[in-house]
Amino acid sequence: MTTQALFGQLLIGLINGAFYALLSLGLSVIFGLLNIINFTHGAQYMMGAFVAYFLLQWAGLGYWWALLIAPIVVGITGIVLERTTLKRLYQLDHLYGLLLTFGFALIIQGLFRHQYGSSGLPYSMPGQLTGGQNLGFMFLPNYRAWVIVFSLAVCLTTWYVIERTRLGSYLRAATENPALVQAFGINVPRMITLTYGFGVGLAALAGVLAAPIYQVNPLMGADLIIVVFAVVVIGGLGSIMGSIVTGFGLGVVEGFTKVFYPEASNTVIFVIMAVVLLVRPAGLFGRAS
Amino acid sequence: MTATAREYVGLGAPVTTGVPLAQVAAFAVMTAVLVVAPFFAYPVFLMKALCFALFACAFNLLIGYVGLLSFGHAMFLGTAGYAAAHSAKVWGFRPELAILFGTAVAAVLGIVIGALAIRSKGIYFANITLALAQMVYFFCLQAAFTGGEDGIQSVPRGTLLGFLDLRDTLTLYFVVLAVFLAGFLLIYRAIHSPFGQVLKAIRENEARTISLGYRAERYKLLAFVLSATFAGLAGATKALVFQLASLTDVHWTMSGEVVLMTLLGGLGTVFGPVVGAFIVVALENYLAHLGAWVTIVQGAIFVVCVLTFRRGVVGELGKLFGKSL
Repeated sequence: MTTQALFGQLLIGLINGAFYALLSLGLSVIFGLLNIINFTHGAQYMMGAFVAYFLLQWAGLGYWWALLIAPIVVGITGIVLERTTLKRLYQLDHLYGLLLTFGFALIIQGLFRHQYGSSGLPYSMPGQLTGGQNLGFMFLPNYRAWVIVFSLAVCLTTWYVIERTRLGSYLRAATENPALVQAFGINVPRMITLTYGFGVGLAALAGVLAAPIYQVNPLMGADLIIVVFAVVVIGGLGSIMGSIVTGFGLGVVEGFTKVFYPEASNTVIFVIMAVVLLVRPAGLFGRAS
Repeated sequence: MTATAREYVGLGAPVTTGVPLAQVAAFAVMTAVLVVAPFFAYPVFLMKALCFALFACAFNLLIGYVGLLSFGHAMFLGTAGYAAAHSAKVWGFRPELAILFGTAVAAVLGIVIGALAIRSKGIYFANITLALAQMVYFFCLQAAFTGGEDGIQSVPRGTLLGFLDLRDTLTLYFVVLAVFLAGFLLIYRAIHSPFGQVLKAIRENEARTISLGYRAERYKLLAFVLSATFAGLAGATKALVFQLASLTDVHWTMSGEVVLMTLLGGLGTVFGPVVGAFIVVALENYLAHLGAWVTIVQGAIFVVCVLTFRRGVVGELGKLFGKSL
């Protein structure tokens, strides 16, 4: 076992962890307020990558513009989805929300697959971030370092806004008791819509970050989202910090598993989930309801 | 508060009592149609639909009567398929033993998964079953005996009970029909027994049911294991029919499909899963050459059903005639 291989897998683990964290953070924020598991999340992550691809192909707008525009565009499609369909289901069993978003995921992934096939489209990384640093014990590509630092920053900012600002306090209050918050004159339905848009935007942001590493592929989010579901269960549904910590942590665990016992690298997160369920059914950071 | 006194917003069947004559009539019609069907339609297509119908009925036992949405039921279908195929091909089991073995493996898996998942409810339960099923999928992808991407191919059908040659398609069809009807009736019996009534009580108000002295966890686990077992029966039978066990049957898309069949036919109805399975299998047959459109159409059906058609085909028919089907 060379240290180089170890650190290499640690790096890949952190990259995957960054995506797990961003995606499970979005899922958690949405779940907190809407009480639905957004099954479309993987498709919306894929849409983020595709919007980046389209911006480059059709408008000549590069990576940095995509990082700004793609989350907004995909977030708006999310808002339209919530306004037109999801909001009709709030009175019903929350499982209908899951089924509806599953249906949308199938439609979106099917449409993209019909148009662009199952093979990936290449998306080159921005010129400023090519190359890398030789740290002595390992080689660190600049772009990967950027993904880790940037997604960590986004996660922590989101945590700060939700846990430490006035806006966030409205959000947390509405999570606890929407009717009461509405009685105080706060427009809860609008907050729900914007929250959904924000969570979807986070997924799209992760998609843009992923585009230069993995190829832009219609099914890039399909299997990923199931791992993220397990991450969310381990962290505790609705827990913001829990999503971030477990996201990065599980990415690293998965990376190390690839080094020491590669056969289990696909399943290790699910095994951890099963163990956590036995010991702490509400998740590591969740409160028992 | 009774289920009929308010607009029912849950996913399952309303609590009903009494002997439903309409259901007896519907069962007679269904059986008659299925007996003559192979002389008019392609038997392999019918057998596929029957296997999925049994699978959907097993799934419906959980969602319709316990209110638990499992998003990982493919693991029971697929694992039983692998077990049946492996035992028939490598160990030389006779078909009836292979089917029983596959079903038993699914039952054991059901006990393990159920013990883990049953403590959670609603969305958590869906999430957890989905993740555990994905774990089973990766296991099947990597384990040596499953044949990885190739699956287990050319499984021998053999001779049932030593005298029914299953290589004859029509014989095989009636065996599959018998398996389906037996499964269907057993599930019906389970739902309409005192056991089934307790399940519905748990679905409606778990705390109150526990306070009445019922050990809700045990009832839920037993329902889960039953559901897994019948899903396994469907999977084992399917493996012999197609002489193939593959990753398709353990993949999460298959878990999604069984949800679709049951939702389209009518959650918590007796005949809904059967109708839903036939519609979905027929759709897939007709759309197969269109590639990605199958997924798009399935997604669209999900959306339409959830938004405007929550009772499903059979649920709507039942409402039209004022009968519980």
